[in-house]
Amino acid sequence: MARAVSTQTKIGWTIAAWVVALLIFFPILYTVITSFKTEQEAIAGFDLIPSFTLQSYGEVQTQNDYIRPFTNSVIIAVGSTILALIVAIPAAWAMAFAPTKQTKNILMWMLSTKMMPAVAVLVPIYLIFLNTGLMDTRIGLVIILMLMNLPIVVWMLYTYFREIPGEILEAARMDGATLGQEIVHVLTPMAVPGIASTLLLNIILAWNEAFWTIQLTTTNAAPLSAFIASFSSPQGLFWAKLSAASTMAIAPILIMGWFSQKQLVRGLTFGAVK
Amino acid sequence: MGAITLQNVRKSFGDVEVIPGVDLEINEGEFVVFVGPSGCGKSTLLRLIAGLEDVTSGRILIDGQDVTDAGPAKRGLAMVFQSYALYPHMSVRKNIAFPLKMAKMPEAEQKARVDRAAKILNLDSYLDRRPGQLSGGQRQRVAIGRAIVREPAAFLFDEPLSNLDAALRVNMRVEISDLHNKLKTTMIYVTHDQVEAMTMADKIVVLRAGRIEQVGSPLDLYNSPANRFVGGFIGSPNMNFIEGEAARRMGAHSIGVRPEHWRMSTTEGAFPGTVGVAEHLGSDTLLHVELDSGENVIARAEGEFPVHHGDKIWLTPQDGRVYKFREDGLAA
Repeated sequence: MARAVSTQTKIGWTIAAWVVALLIFFPILYTVITSFKTEQEAIAGFDLIPSFTLQSYGEVQTQNDYIRPFTNSVIIAVGSTILALIVAIPAAWAMAFAPTKQTKNILMWMLSTKMMPAVAVLVPIYLIFLNTGLMDTRIGLVIILMLMNLPIVVWMLYTYFREIPGEILEAARMDGATLGQEIVHVLTPMAVPGIASTLLLNIILAWNEAFWTIQLTTTNAAPLSAFIASFSSPQGLFWAKLSAASTMAIAPILIMGWFSQKQLVRGLTFGAVK
Repeated sequence: MGAITLQNVRKSFGDVEVIPGVDLEINEGEFVVFVGPSGCGKSTLLRLIAGLEDVTSGRILIDGQDVTDAGPAKRGLAMVFQSYALYPHMSVRKNIAFPLKMAKMPEAEQKARVDRAAKILNLDSYLDRRPGQLSGGQRQRVAIGRAIVREPAAFLFDEPLSNLDAALRVNMRVEISDLHNKLKTTMIYVTHDQVEAMTMADKIVVLRAGRIEQVGSPLDLYNSPANRFVGGFIGSPNMNFIEGEAARRMGAHSIGVRPEHWRMSTTEGAFPGTVGVAEHLGSDTLLHVELDSGENVIARAEGEFPVHHGDKIWLTPQDGRVYKFREDGLAA
């Protein structure tokens, strides 16, 4: 509701919002600043002005090739997302348009799996990966990340699909469309905005996933999250290098997030207000 | 093409029996209207014929073929929905062509058919627009266009006019009747509006609580309703019912007199009463009368009838226009 707000209050709230935003953003900003410092500057203490050296970036690249983990990240994030959509679209269709008495329970059960700590299933999954040769492979990570994010993808799509009037799908059925044609020609195009935000969010989740990527890879399939980790443990105090690696790992997803923020916000708040 | 037979069709949703068993014969080329109050199962019956719902038991035959277990696509029927159910992401042309595309018809033939349908429905100039850019009436025409291009065995209409405003509704009513005259294809039309039923139907099926109350031509139902429900449902304004002493004198539990079948007088007659509201419409006059015996009835006079609120009036049923009903509601 529109309400008269005095200029003073507005200024006050604006400043407060900026302060909070800066506080939240500061660790990331300081990481970026540190990445442009020399190692000596990095451990010297708090300083917001770096010497703008690219030394750390060069060392990161020579010591541990950036291109491969970057490629791995792209393949794993995009691959697991597309695979999740292929599985989730029919699943969400069934739950939205052909619900049974158990549909709500299944949805809740799917969501409840997200409440379980991942480490609880680490050992069985680790052993499965070892025994099936999936360890340190991109396909293995694509599968595991797809499974991890599937509940969220199904839920999001289900919410979108429920907004689509069932009569339109019935019209397609009357017009002679098979179930597959109904999903491909009618449901999916109508749900494009929803599918797009689901896709974006899932790519970000998969890109940022660190637990499984670190546990289940060594070198071949290691994505950027494992790439950062590889700089932290053995060389604990090389803050500048670690910062450079982190900056390189988060930059692509930050840029993507920036350009797609409209879609993302719509996706996350969809259905909140009709 | 287009004869539809329902044999003891039943439908339950869980424990709720919506259609307790319907037998119906629809002849080829007929315009059949399912009419009844909301919740009477008329839409469900249509959806069973369409194949959008599975029957619980019974059989549905189209042109002698048992389609009870066939999917909607296999039945060769086309449906027009209340909400139009157009594909919002496709142009009008693509919407109309969609069933042809699904049937894998050659492009040239598709285009020819869409153009022909667009011409019939005056949609030529809108073919490249999206449904969102059309008015309600135009959308309804697109929905009809999508139905006619397939040259279906029968058309199913599910309250197609209820989202339109009154003036447009009258126009579309005439257009659909006109279309039926041109195509001579079986049409099944669901409505709760008895005016639509009376004006469009060859055959009306009156439903109540999932049961068929009466099947017949509009005038059959008007002139000889099988029971009190049909008498009250068909005709506008509704039939007046009088019970008690007056009915008993005529050998019935209740009698029904249509508003247009009263003779009115300001001096004498069978039922004295007082005018409540008098609606002077010019073409006719509607009088809401409270009879001295307590019933409220409506009487309609052609042209102007000069009485006003509070005036005394006498109503007398016209000869042979009194419907007698037994206690169980059936016509006596």
